[in-house]
Amino acid sequence: MTGSGILSDIVISALIVLGASFALIGSWGMVRLPTLMERLHGPTKATTLGLGGILVGSMLYFQFNAGVWALHELLISLFLFITAPISANMIAKVHLHHLRTHAKQDIVGPAGQPPKASQASDWATYEAPHPDSIAATSES
Amino acid sequence: MIGYAVIFAFVCLSLALTLNLWRLLKGPTVGDRIVALDTMVINAIAAIILIGIATVNDTYYEAALLLAMVGFIGTVAYCKFLLRGDIVE
Repeated sequence: MTGSGILSDIVISALIVLGASFALIGSWGMVRLPTLMERLHGPTKATTLGLGGILVGSMLYFQFNAGVWALHELLISLFLFITAPISANMIAKVHLHHLRTHAKQDIVGPAGQPPKASQASDWATYEAPHPDSIAATSES
Repeated sequence: MIGYAVIFAFVCLSLALTLNLWRLLKGPTVGDRIVALDTMVINAIAAIILIGIATVNDTYYEAALLLAMVGFIGTVAYCKFLLRGDIVE
């Protein structure tokens, strides 16, 4: 094996180990953290750094060891970078909706409760009162 | 060296999937279960990519890409159903 082969092996192994460690850390954070707003924070590490490291490692592996020019792993990474904020936003909306519709909140995280919605404008799942509109469906 | 790294990564991802399963079963709210399922999909994609490295097979990449798309659509569908009571309005 040539010197560049050993170097590429080291880089690929480091990327795979880094990615798998971050995936484990993200899942561990999701189990440990107290409320949903904090739990959303953990898996973002698994999505970006964890899966990103494994995908770049796979790309380099197929490049250097299998001899296949493969850049398409970056497609998965790009797709996840686009969709991860959207799904996190949707889950946060579900959490806010749950906070509004369920009165009893037993666990409060270190960040405290999210602030109340402004009465002046719509925000997330809150809808401000529109008294002039015929189709006013908000709570008065 | 890559073989040892892949084995280490498989162990890490198995532990991560077990932790996700614990959160999925424990809850306590529906939002927690959705986060757990979303993270399980991410870890499953990583595991599929690792199987592709371990078997030197390029085909597994397409399964991973499909799972990424289906997982995102599933998460959004769960959230839409909880928020609006319907998925396609």
